[in-house]
Amino acid sequence: MDITVNGTAYTLDLPDDTPLLWALRDGLGITGVKYGCGIAQCGACTVHIDGEAVRSCQVALADTWGEVTTIEGLGTPDALHVVQQAWIAHQVAQCGYCQSGQIMQAVDLLNTNPEPTDEEIDQAMSGNVCRCATYPRIRAAIHDAAIMMREA
Amino acid sequence: MSRLGKYTRRGFLIASVAVAGGVVFGVRTYRANLENPLTAAISPGEAALTPYVKITADGITIITPRAEMGQGIHTTLAALVAEELDVDLADITVDHGPPSSAYFNGGVVEEGYPFPATDQSALAEFARAQRDIPAVFLAYQITGGSTSTHDAYEKMRQAGAVARETLKAVAAKRTGLAIARLETQSGAVVLPDGTRLPYTDLAADAAEVELADTPRLRPKSAWRILGQSQDRVDVVAKSTGTAIYASDIRLPGMRFGVIRRSPYLRGAIRSFDPSEALAMQGVDAVLDIGTAVVAIAETTWAAMQALDAVIYDWEPPAYPLDTEGHFEVIAAAFTPDHQDSRQRNDGDVEEALSGADVIAAEYRVPYLAHATMEPMSAAALFQDGSLRIWTGCQGPTVARREAALAAGIAQEAVTLTTTLLGGGFGRRGEMDFVQNVAKVAVQMEGTPVLLSYSREDDTSRGPYRPAAIGRFRAAVKDGVPVAVDVSTASPSILTGISERGGSPAPTPGFLPDFTIGQALWDQPYGIENYRVTAYKADPLLPVGFWRSVGASQNTFFHECMMDELAVAAARDPIDMRRDLITDDASRKVLDAVADMADWGTAPAQGRARGVAFALVFGAPTAQIIEVEDTPQGIKVAHVWVAADVGVALDPRNLDAQLISGVNFGLSAAIGEKITLSEGMVAQSNYHDYPPLRMYQAPPVTTRILENAPHIRGIGEPGTPGAAPALANAVFALTGQRIRTLPLGDSIAFA
Repeated sequence: MDITVNGTAYTLDLPDDTPLLWALRDGLGITGVKYGCGIAQCGACTVHIDGEAVRSCQVALADTWGEVTTIEGLGTPDALHVVQQAWIAHQVAQCGYCQSGQIMQAVDLLNTNPEPTDEEIDQAMSGNVCRCATYPRIRAAIHDAAIMMREA
Repeated sequence: MSRLGKYTRRGFLIASVAVAGGVVFGVRTYRANLENPLTAAISPGEAALTPYVKITADGITIITPRAEMGQGIHTTLAALVAEELDVDLADITVDHGPPSSAYFNGGVVEEGYPFPATDQSALAEFARAQRDIPAVFLAYQITGGSTSTHDAYEKMRQAGAVARETLKAVAAKRTGLAIARLETQSGAVVLPDGTRLPYTDLAADAAEVELADTPRLRPKSAWRILGQSQDRVDVVAKSTGTAIYASDIRLPGMRFGVIRRSPYLRGAIRSFDPSEALAMQGVDAVLDIGTAVVAIAETTWAAMQALDAVIYDWEPPAYPLDTEGHFEVIAAAFTPDHQDSRQRNDGDVEEALSGADVIAAEYRVPYLAHATMEPMSAAALFQDGSLRIWTGCQGPTVARREAALAAGIAQEAVTLTTTLLGGGFGRRGEMDFVQNVAKVAVQMEGTPVLLSYSREDDTSRGPYRPAAIGRFRAAVKDGVPVAVDVSTASPSILTGISERGGSPAPTPGFLPDFTIGQALWDQPYGIENYRVTAYKADPLLPVGFWRSVGASQNTFFHECMMDELAVAAARDPIDMRRDLITDDASRKVLDAVADMADWGTAPAQGRARGVAFALVFGAPTAQIIEVEDTPQGIKVAHVWVAADVGVALDPRNLDAQLISGVNFGLSAAIGEKITLSEGMVAQSNYHDYPPLRMYQAPPVTTRILENAPHIRGIGEPGTPGAAPALANAVFALTGQRIRTLPLGDSIAFA
């Protein structure tokens, strides 16, 4: 099975129906993407396929229709994506386990809606659970990231 | 080589130990100075050293011996050292530290935390200091009860101060200058001519000089780091997917295991048939680990699929099969023979209630899951008689003991590395995942294994926050409660944990369990006749610590009761509490929250407010919740919360923790419950155990006060008041007094 993740092409010898989540985590050792529920209820496994946010626990490896971007491919500690910068500026993370998925979802939101309202943020982000309830700071970080992206 | 300083007035001693190319400073505590029965086995003079700061030519590491589960404790503990040591947080490394440095095994360890394997000689020093006295170390290394800051406040600053003065002494010796002429700044000793001698250059000689006498700690007015908001030391890693949790450990040749525990909790397996599972692609093995079945495969997914193909025959449960049956057992505990404690008995309640108009009610709360975002997980490798474990747990020393017992080897053969925790909330104080990974590793000798719990197993097998019942009888006169008889009953957390092997010391059932009556008997209300009784129900489902523990149910009981009494007395609920409160700091948080919410002004049409107060984990905390009636149901419109932590070390983190705690309580109050059907837990995942989501999360305004006499942690105090403040607000809005959680079972929420 061939797959491109964060710009690198890989060949994986796993069953077709292996969810992308597990192909990434266990097959390729790309662990920024997280397992939270396995049934698309928490958003911790959110990655991009061709730039669109998807729950990787619900995409079979064989059905992966395009290039995959995980949090590692979005930005790195030395070269942060704007949304990651906003996340750090607002000190969003607590336990941090859900934040890869939160950030990938927020990037997708801002790509399609450069100036979201609180309500639109709530709507786009309510599929992503944060048990530490960092929600107010996520909201604030998205607003700031939106401004930074518009000004860039 | 080891150097000892002098005792501080709190009875601990800063000591140093040489390591390759540098020095480690830590705290040594003697038996005589610990009022802890656990240390009875320790001879006078024996000591344990807990390392706090390590300086070598390679850099400065601050060791934070507390689990980082989101509460920001690594940052705050590092700041305590940094404040005195004069280093910038951005320039240092922070590490959890090992459960005991003593047990690094050079044959197995390649990347030991926090010291490289080359430090073996020094680690041997630690070994001698720590062997046979795990209890002393235990006293330090459990993360819970909002105790971390309180415990570390003096010790870690002192460690930083002694390290600083010792490095100055090295510089003085090298340069011939008097110590008094030397300053320190940003990780260096600064000479009068401005020359900087970095600590990393001085460290190699630091273990050779006599330790400085315990220097006086800097006064609050001189603080530069403490009292200011710090960037979290883990925030970049946690925003870039590079933070490592136990489930992210990957080792060459690693295989992936998933566990299936009995759906009848605490039940055993009679038999199972793995034949179909073993024929599946990528499946290596299906293991019997006694209390559960574990599939081992090439991916976690393949292991999950394999478990679904196993045919199980589980032992039936020993508890009632439905929720109602569990509450019957708890209700039956309100008898003298089940009495666990009566820690308050002011005046004569019976006398005062006889002949009075008695107000009485019963409240109920369900079992609750922790539902950490990262399900339980641990990695392990058993090789050449040694067991290496990587896991995120709240009690590493107990974990090591339990791993050794489960594997049937000596504790010295176990090395445990603490990773970040993907949420804790008390769940990671349990030892099941450690015991289980140890059993798996022994059966898979030579192969590194990552053991994961599925979300379904994590949700439906416990342990849980206990289900509980609260009852009160009371009378009011002339606008104040004059008699209150409040009682609470639940199964014992401590007995359960002790049986499961998770507690530092055995806690047999005949001992009182302080968690049952926690935050019910010690509230700072002065009521003439005031009796608080805790009853221990017979064991049911496995129950354990859950954020704020006993306060999570007892504050709901107590503060809804106070609201009922205010209504009966025709009093404003804040005014009535103010009249009763005997503690100044507590009164001030009530005043603060009333001010923040503009309590004196009526809320807008269609809105109402409720209040709750609790003194929990030493921190008086008050919150007001405003609710709004909307076409979709009741919306939590705003929360105001004021808490007194004595000394505020990091305002932005305190704000984050209070908000997190409030929302954790709101989530449970609105929609969380664990119920039983045919002996099995009915909930399995986030679709039927609904956590609070962003659209439900209200704006939360916080205020931190510093009037209380001691520094306190804030990880839990926000949680207990959320349910009663919300229930009281719902009553104010609708006139409906809901006495059973979750409130969402009785009324619709938007």
